[in-house]
Amino acid sequence: MANRRDVSIVLCGQAGQGVQTVETLLTRILKIAGYHVFATKEYMSRVRGGANSTTIRVCGKRVSALVDRMDVLVPLNAGAVAHVAERLSPQTVVVGEREVIGDEAVESNRTLAVPFTEIASQIGGKIYSNVVAVGAIAGLLGLDPDAVVGYVRRYFARKSEEIVANNVKAVRAGYDAIGKLDMPDGLRLSFKPSAKVRDELLLSGAEAVGLGAIAGGCNFVSSYPMSPSTGVLAFLAQHGLEQGVLAEQAEDEIAAINMAIGASYAGARAMVTTSGGGFALMTEGVSLAGMLECPVVIHLAQRPGPATGLPTRTEQADLELALYAGHGEFPRILFAPGTLEQAFYLTQKAFDLADKYQVPAFVLTDQHLMDSYYNLKAFDPVRTKVQKHIVKTAKDYRRYELTKNGISPRGIPGYGSGLVAVDSDEHDEQGHITEDLDVRVAMVDKRLAKGEALRKDIVRPELIGPKDYKRLVICWGSTYHVVKEALGEMGRTDTAMLHYSQVYPLHPSTADLIGKARKTVVVEGNATGQFRKLIRLHAGVDATEGLVKYDGLGFTVEDVVEGLTEIAEG
Amino acid sequence: MIHGIQQSIINNHFRGVLMATDVFEMGDIDIAWCPGCGNFPILKTVKEALAELQIDPRQLVMVSGIGQAAKTPHYLKCHFFNGLHGRALPPATAIKAVNPKLTVIAESGDGDMYGEGGNHFIHCIRRNPDITNIVHDNMVYGLTKGQASPTSRRGFKTPVQVAGVILEPFNPLAVAISLDASFVARASSGDREQTKEILKRAIRHKGYALVDIFQPCVTFNKLNTYQWFKDRVYYLDDSHDPSDRTAAFARATETDRLPLGVFYVNPKDSFEENTQMYRQDERPLHQRDVDARKLASLIDTFKMAG
Repeated sequence: MANRRDVSIVLCGQAGQGVQTVETLLTRILKIAGYHVFATKEYMSRVRGGANSTTIRVCGKRVSALVDRMDVLVPLNAGAVAHVAERLSPQTVVVGEREVIGDEAVESNRTLAVPFTEIASQIGGKIYSNVVAVGAIAGLLGLDPDAVVGYVRRYFARKSEEIVANNVKAVRAGYDAIGKLDMPDGLRLSFKPSAKVRDELLLSGAEAVGLGAIAGGCNFVSSYPMSPSTGVLAFLAQHGLEQGVLAEQAEDEIAAINMAIGASYAGARAMVTTSGGGFALMTEGVSLAGMLECPVVIHLAQRPGPATGLPTRTEQADLELALYAGHGEFPRILFAPGTLEQAFYLTQKAFDLADKYQVPAFVLTDQHLMDSYYNLKAFDPVRTKVQKHIVKTAKDYRRYELTKNGISPRGIPGYGSGLVAVDSDEHDEQGHITEDLDVRVAMVDKRLAKGEALRKDIVRPELIGPKDYKRLVICWGSTYHVVKEALGEMGRTDTAMLHYSQVYPLHPSTADLIGKARKTVVVEGNATGQFRKLIRLHAGVDATEGLVKYDGLGFTVEDVVEGLTEIAEG
Repeated sequence: MIHGIQQSIINNHFRGVLMATDVFEMGDIDIAWCPGCGNFPILKTVKEALAELQIDPRQLVMVSGIGQAAKTPHYLKCHFFNGLHGRALPPATAIKAVNPKLTVIAESGDGDMYGEGGNHFIHCIRRNPDITNIVHDNMVYGLTKGQASPTSRRGFKTPVQVAGVILEPFNPLAVAISLDASFVARASSGDREQTKEILKRAIRHKGYALVDIFQPCVTFNKLNTYQWFKDRVYYLDDSHDPSDRTAAFARATETDRLPLGVFYVNPKDSFEENTQMYRQDERPLHQRDVDARKLASLIDTFKMAG
């Protein structure tokens, strides 16, 4: 472990035990100190009990991917060690209460016994034990104790003086308890913090999508809470008044998307945020948006299905659902951000393109991206200017005026002297119901023409690695970092990575890029290789291999290295 | 907070303009309703009520779902949003919420509002947007040719309910009053004059206003005919206090004779007001821009430095 370039710390405990507080405090303390930090969690669908874990990586260079490796394990309850037993190695240092760690772990691993609860009880109650743990981990990593105490004081500043004082005592006691122990070598961070990191942001995927929405001009969001999409709704609701976003919790997802479409009709930039089952309820609304040509942004945070599936876990299995959702034929755009930067800029772009082409635009994420935190360069919110794409109507305004590229100037009620009529029935140029079948054909052609027009704004996939690759590893959405780190670790000079942050329509370079490779592997978090199928259908080329995962957990770097090695050797 | 209707009335008064009663007329258009349908008098009455209220068609948005009544917006001059079956109320709520200067009316049939859209009906009342909800209540499905609707009476025979309806009829007024709706009324397509006055009160009312309108279906409902309604309806008189919720509920649950008029009025803040979006800024959302400075300072908070 000595001179290790990064340290992986796993916190594990029951729901309700405060694992989240430890994660929040530690990641912020590390980030403020100038260390690159990454955190993500896996948790059960329950409010109390069970076993949840958070993995935090702290590093001398950028780090954004999940690993199996545990350098430090901090178990907070009796079942914790068993929950992550497969990830234990002889190198893992287990820090915690002896009774909690258990005999098995004590025998096979290095342990540092710190009586979190006992220390906490002496200070003022068991409730402080997770802050004792924060102090212990900070001590283990050799962080500046004053800085650690300083942040804890700030974090609890709104609480009573007594609570602040007790938390400060708790974090200091945890720190000091570690100092008294016989420390294993090499756990103290051997790399220098960077002043640049201090100027960066530390946020989650949910916050990046929320900020991107505001930057994209979003001023209306209606949704129904559903993991893992709720974070975006909560974020927009919390900042709504200050940022000019009307956030409403609808009675169901059907109401949510119909509200969003109504808001859009009246000139708002509207969004819904949902997950699989909730989105399934929205599909008729997606079709309505296609028919009315009302722009709407759909944030679809994927979790494993079918039906209720694994509510709090991750998967990339709703690509085909998003692609085909809604009866009838109409164009759409599907983004799938892989990084927090992409989550911000592509959500912003989704609003722009939805309005420009008057189509539904999707931002496809998943629990892994929603719940992942890391530090990154500050966003530039005005890189893309918000363009309204709305016209003042004239007296003879026709909402569905036939144009060459299919895009009719978009008027809204109350702005201009025309009337704005929209109808879910097939309609004429005025928006009135029609059964004139020639008009029907013209309107289908018009809607589909927009699908052609929007091709000039397709986001190019990102190629990383040698240009003269012989092997190509394709991924999409949230697997960006894990594949990138795995390929870096494998160090193969014949292999490149191709990441799609727009999965539909596919960039026209796809067939050529795949054609250049002798072997192509598509890495994705579903069982049936949905993106691989999409490539076959829309680019007319076949990837030779697929590497899939569908156990509800995100890919780890080790998963990808092992899977790609097997494929390479097979 | 500017209330759309009141504002347009004030504007017109200041300009001294008297609106022509035919301002909502579409001229010679093809209307899909059966001859003798109760929808015709309702359409005519709605147009008259709107004209008398001096509402500018360019400030009026009609929202409907699917069904025969839901075609109404096509037959008068206005902005309209003819959406999905059962889903008129969510877009109507949102349209008003993002531009409170507009007058928003959600108009559809009993199947659309109370059946397919029942959940939205309940929660729209709780939300209390400043919209008027006109429901053509003919106790039968017209567009799909004669099946039972949520308000069909027990025993009503149809090609699907072959032994007669076995479900209790939905009572929209009682439901609305039990949810403490802001304005609850019932009218009859057979009496245009009174219906017009009720509609005017409903449209003027700030907050969600339900007007359920009895209407015979001459093609598919041979039970609830003009005569059937005529024999049963009566108007609430001055002895009824519309601020008395218990009395309103008792009147709404009468079944032998069917009262018409304004059952319940409960003035309260509208959804748009409660969102606080217009407290400091009256502009509709489409006129607003991203506040780059505020967004930049929100982004800055993620530096965790402060």
